[in-house]
Amino acid sequence: MAITIKKSSNEVEGLIGRVEEISGVDLNLCYQCKKCTSGCPVAKMTKSPPSEIMRRLHLGAGDELLGSDIIWACVSCETCSARCPMGIEVAAVMDALRILALEKKAAKQEGNVPLFNRAFLSTVRLFGRTYDIAMIAAYKIGTLKLMNDTEKFPTMLKKQKIALMPPTGADRKTVRRIFKKAKQNKADKE
Amino acid sequence: MKYAYYPGCSAHSTARDMHESAVAVAGLLGIDLVELPGWTCCGATAAHQTDPVLAASLPAANLLKVRDMGLDMVANCAACYNRMKVANHEVSTDPAMRKLVSEAVGRDYDGSVKVRHIIEVLLDDVGLDNIKSAFKRSLNGLQVACYYGCLLVRPHEVTNFDDPENPTSLDRLVTVMGGVSLDWPHKVECCGGGLSMSRTDVVVSLTDSIVGMAKAAGARCIAVSCPMCQINLDMRQQDIEKQTGTRHDMPVLYITQLLGLCLGISPDKLGLNKLMVSPASVIEKIEIHAHE
Repeated sequence: MAITIKKSSNEVEGLIGRVEEISGVDLNLCYQCKKCTSGCPVAKMTKSPPSEIMRRLHLGAGDELLGSDIIWACVSCETCSARCPMGIEVAAVMDALRILALEKKAAKQEGNVPLFNRAFLSTVRLFGRTYDIAMIAAYKIGTLKLMNDTEKFPTMLKKQKIALMPPTGADRKTVRRIFKKAKQNKADKE
Repeated sequence: MKYAYYPGCSAHSTARDMHESAVAVAGLLGIDLVELPGWTCCGATAAHQTDPVLAASLPAANLLKVRDMGLDMVANCAACYNRMKVANHEVSTDPAMRKLVSEAVGRDYDGSVKVRHIIEVLLDDVGLDNIKSAFKRSLNGLQVACYYGCLLVRPHEVTNFDDPENPTSLDRLVTVMGGVSLDWPHKVECCGGGLSMSRTDVVVSLTDSIVGMAKAAGARCIAVSCPMCQINLDMRQQDIEKQTGTRHDMPVLYITQLLGLCLGISPDKLGLNKLMVSPASVIEKIEIHAHE
């Protein structure tokens, strides 16, 4: 059973307001049971587990929170949301923090996930579908991790697990329209 | 049984075998999969980590095409299935989002197109009895760990797929094939999904724990139905061996590949040569007692 608590009318400090706005989550429902952290597959690999992020948001954390390693180590598995006794979508909070980290140009994290996402979405914008070779090339050049996984390429090519030619047949026009609109929305906000 | 089939981008790259085996199995079981003309990417993890409107609009463009066909959508990839269902949920519960998505796509979309996973079609529309009567071979007691991962079962209020903590859809299919589906604790753990390239360290650690647990439970193979689970659990076994010295040697097959083998479809039509860890031991177990 969800309990709705009336929020104070005082001005809320820090990131909490924007996080609630983007995620649609009421962070005041969290009572720090730490069930999200218990089930989180990456909690043990990160400095700040999800329950700590929730608490720091309560306490008025600002932009410094956007440098937390869990933001980009989070695998979006949504176990936290599924198990929260208060029905809080913790995974949506993580998505909101990622969006804010991009918006406020927070420090890059291990693996540079935003670069991977950009490389992925660029091929979608161009071809309507993903084009692995172009995406992998853009990501590798950007991170200078050129040699990672290269030993697997010959086998993957032989097994046709990587397509050599770009995808055809997609409705590129609609996809371009969607990306254009997304860019416009972003510009309107700024 | 006619459906608009959404193959998803991985059907033409890392998961050609998922696509080939699903199409072959569907053909034999009377499931008519009509490929959605002009289908485009669902946006996957990259979109929802970047922009919520983009993340809902990319699936909506496809769902509108399905609406024009007057059919239900069938997705094979768990990630595509998840993004389609999330987009439906967002558009139908949030009027502001519906407006933004409709502006982006160029047509109004209300979130009403029904999205099914191929497993749901197999279980609910074809039915276990009909599947069973089409089998020509059996798994002959093969011990299988069924692995569901995240995207089919979470968020449960949106996907509404099976039980979120202990799903049994794949287990029921394995049992009807004559296999032994194992009780094991990692059915809905996460493999690391789309972080395979950017955070290989995270993915290697998670897959080691999953494959290791399947092995400890006595599995001779893992059955999956998500292309990211498949590639991570299968391909990362090389990295696990390099980093920890443990060689799991655990074949990771799509459930449709196992079904195809039991239906008597030849291994090369099911993309079995595309797996990184050889499924020879699985094929042998099925072929050895072939009762034609």
